[in-house]
Parts: sequence; C-alpha cells; structure tokens
Amino acid sequence: MCSICGCGSGETRIGRLRGAVIKHLRKSGPTRAWHRVNSPGLEATFRPAREVAAGSDPDAEAPVSPDVEVRAVPERSSRPRPEAKPVGLRAGGSRSGDGGATPADQSHVSVSPGHLHFGAGPAHAHAAGLSQSEMLRIERDILGKNDSLAAANRTLFQRRGVFTLNLVSSPGSGKTTLLVRTLQALAGRLPLAVIEGDQQTEFDAERIRETGVPALQINTGKGCHLDAGMVASAIPRMELAEDSLLLIENVGNLVCPAAFDLGEVHKVVILSVTEGEDKPLKYPDMFAAADLMLLNKTDLLPYLSFDTGKAIDYARRVNPRIAVLPVSATRGDGLDDWLDWIMQARAAFLTSADRR
Amino acid sequence: MHEMSLAESVREIVLETAQAQDVAAVRGVVLEIGELAAVETAALLFCLEAVLRGTMAEGATVVIESVPGRGRCLDCDRTVAITRLYDPCPCCGSYRVQASGGAEMRVKSLDVAAFGASG
Ligand SMILES: Nc1nc2c(ncn2[C@@H]2O[C@H](COP(=O)(O)OP(=O)(O)O)[C@@H](O)[C@H]2O)c(=O)[nH]1
Ligand SMILES: [Mg+2]
Ligand SMILES: [Zn+2]
Ligand SMILES: [Zn+2]
Ligand SMILES: [Zn+2]
Repeated sequence: MCSICGCGSGETRIGRLRGAVIKHLRKSGPTRAWHRVNSPGLEATFRPAREVAAGSDPDAEAPVSPDVEVRAVPERSSRPRPEAKPVGLRAGGSRSGDGGATPADQSHVSVSPGHLHFGAGPAHAHAAGLSQSEMLRIERDILGKNDSLAAANRTLFQRRGVFTLNLVSSPGSGKTTLLVRTLQALAGRLPLAVIEGDQQTEFDAERIRETGVPALQINTGKGCHLDAGMVASAIPRMELAEDSLLLIENVGNLVCPAAFDLGEVHKVVILSVTEGEDKPLKYPDMFAAADLMLLNKTDLLPYLSFDTGKAIDYARRVNPRIAVLPVSATRGDGLDDWLDWIMQARAAFLTSADRR
Repeated sequence: MHEMSLAESVREIVLETAQAQDVAAVRGVVLEIGELAAVETAALLFCLEAVLRGTMAEGATVVIESVPGRGRCLDCDRTVAITRLYDPCPCCGSYRVQASGGAEMRVKSLDVAAFGASG
C-alpha cells in the first residue's frame, strides 16, 4: 500500500526533494497513474504514455484524457524508443479531488506544497480542463551525450586502426605499474600512446615519460571518472599513429568509470590480490562492464589468504563471459599472457574495424 | 554512483528540451532508472535539487520510475528477473546469468507549462 496517502498503490516512499515533493519508487510493475496533491495552481495530471506491464495490452487501455496533451519530441539518442502513445487514466478512484488531503497525506506533506505519487492503485480522478500543463515525452538517455561522443571516438579509432583499452581499478591496484611495464615490453613492436587520467604523483608521470611513449595527461580535477568528451579533446592533441595501441588509465575508482564509455574496444579491470576476493560483488557494474580481469600482485599470494578461485567465481557471477589473467606487474609473472591477449584482441579489432 | 554527473546530464537534457520546445516552465521531470543501473535514487534527487535551482525547472517534481532487472540464463536459456548483477537464476540456480535489461537511465518525459497559458 502507498505509504503516503494509503491509496493502495504498491509503492515505497524513498525520498523527498526540496521539502516539497515526496516521491515513491515503484518496486515492480507498471506505473499506471501519478498525480500531485495539495498544490493549488498545479493541477496537472500526468500519465505514462505507454503501459509497460508484462501481459497487459497497451492498446486495451482507456482513451486519452482531455486535459493533457502528449507530444513526442524527436530524441537524439540512436536507441530504439517505444512508441509514444498516451494512455488515459481510469477514473473512479476513491478520492474526489486533490484538494482534500487525507490524514495520511497530511502526515507526510504538511510542510509541502505538493505531493506526487504514482502507483498501480485506482487512479485518482481529476477534473478535466484545469490543466495548462503539457507532457512532453522525450525518452532521452541520461548518458546519451557521452554515448554519442564515445561513438564518435570509436569511429575515429576504427578508421585509424587505433586499438584502445580502458584500464580501470581501485586506487593502487597497479594500473600505472602495469601500464609502464606493458609499454616497455611492447616498445618497438607497435606504435604506442597513453592517455593518463589518474594523475596521482609527478612520480607516476615521470615513470610514463621515461618510457618515451607519447602520453597526454587529462586533469580531471575533482572528477571521479574520465568521460568521452575528455578523450575526444585529447585525441587531436596526440597525433595518434595508424594502427597504434592506445592505453587509457582511468581514474582509480570502481564505480562511475563503469558507466562512461570512452570509445574503447575493451575495458580491462585490474583487481589486486590485496583487495579481497569479494570486490566483484561489491562493485558488480565494473566487473560486468569489463571484458578482462587482471588479477594483479600475485607475487604477494604466499603472504595472503586471498582465494583466487573465489575471486574468479565472483567475477563470473557478475559477468559469465569475463576473461581472467593472473599477473604480477612488478615481478613480471603472467605478463606474456597479458601481451598475448592484447595482440590477439588487437588482431581481431583490426580485422573487423571499418577503415573507411 | 556518480549521481552529480547524472544530475547535470539530466539538467542539460531538461533545459535543452525546454528551450527547443519554447516552454515557460518545467514543472515535472520523469526519469526511468533501471534496477541494475546502480543509481542511488536519494542521492540523485538531492543532486537534482541542487542543479535545477535557479533554472526554469527549479522545484520541479521529480519522479523516478524503476525498471525491473532482467537477465538471460546461459544454462537454462530462460529470461529471468534479477535485482542484482550477481543474482543466480531463479529457475536453475546457475550464476551464469547475463544481464539483459534494467540498466536504463533515461529522461522519459517532462511536464511543462506553455507560454500564454492562464495557469
Ligand atoms: N607486490 C606488488 N606490488 C605492486 C604490483 N603492482 C603494483 N604494485 C604496487 O602497488 C602500488 C600502486 O601501484 P600503481 O601502479 O601506482 O597503482 P594505480 O593506482 O592503480 O595506478 C605501487 O606501490 C606499486 O609498486 C604487483 O604486481 N606486486
Ligand atoms: Mg595510477
Ligand atoms: Zn498515494
Ligand atoms: Zn564519476
Ligand atoms: Zn537458469
């Protein structure tokens, strides 16, 4: 039951915005109706433009209510979007209008000019014709802008045959060490380049500089991730060679870099054995987004109780297809397997890349 | 996760749309957030309040619709409901479930007031 007005909707109250709005999060099932109450002058009735209930036929729904116009706005995202179709509310709710707050409402919204709610309960009827409001269906991905910039980066990388890896991990898992080691091992075999987004110390920068590989540092300031726009502005300043390997060291953070596509071919997540084998369950999004997990610092295994099998099992629960390679970036164990993985993945990329 | 950057993206989408559609004010924003999108809803609301302040969407009602998580079981080949990326298949118990839905993060619709309306 709705915890705010007791209207029978299967909702859970989860938060309050600006002391003015209490919103509900539907745990499951479709949104059938939502409304504001206690907000004079804001008598808009909103409704979803499409029923999403499994097993319900959207076409069987009631006609469009006269007080709201639904307009579809062309979206920029390339993803398919559901047809914008207004679905009317079924009138006949247990309440007569929005003005009469129930005791339950008052207990929640006494300091609020508006209370919004939605749910699967009987729709609250609204007097037609009061609203000057209009609902615009826009269906735009929140990260759509990043995604389209990433797609542009990807196209450019494909044209030039630049094989790009996005290295992600917690701080201190060994991204920079592995990066430097990889550059040293591959120097002379193919053109290399680095985008360094995790500037920790001048020492880090110096280690990369010493390899002689062209590297560009992106200062993310207080930012907790690189985004595709940052990479896009780095590219023209780098003179990336044709068919090069571009390694991007992301900000040391297992959370948001998972959501920001940079245009890379693969995300490679580094988990060091000093971190605990349950990391994949604590940060599942990153392990789901990565194609390869490097289990680093294996030279320390004799001194730890780290259960390698468990770590791999947890990573595969999150991402059944993730590849796993144990390495030691400092001692060099497993480095050849990692280099082989790079060369094979790069060959596959170059074969499939659209070079037009 | 990164709720502040999400909030800023939402603001950008909202204000861009409002300008393109020439509306007077934005009164409501409906977001669609997948159960597997790892978004802290309370944090997102908090950030939205901050980033919408001083814009034509200040004080807008924000609704977050949750989209259920779904996955494809690689062992029994069924599409099943999951609430976390590492949930086992409810049918056969296998952990080899590949997420297939519920990662949405979308601005679904806006409730706007048009110019010239007497409201
Ligand atoms: N024992 C051991 N230490 C490592 C290994 N890889 C990195 N480290 C150390 O871990 C610390 C953090 O490494 P760094 O590469 O800066 O991690 P980043 O923050 O992910 O870039 C440094 O002191 C490294 O020397 C490894 O394979 N074994
Ligand atoms: Mg580093
Ligand atoms: Zn209610
Ligand atoms: Zn971030
Ligand atoms: Zn199964």
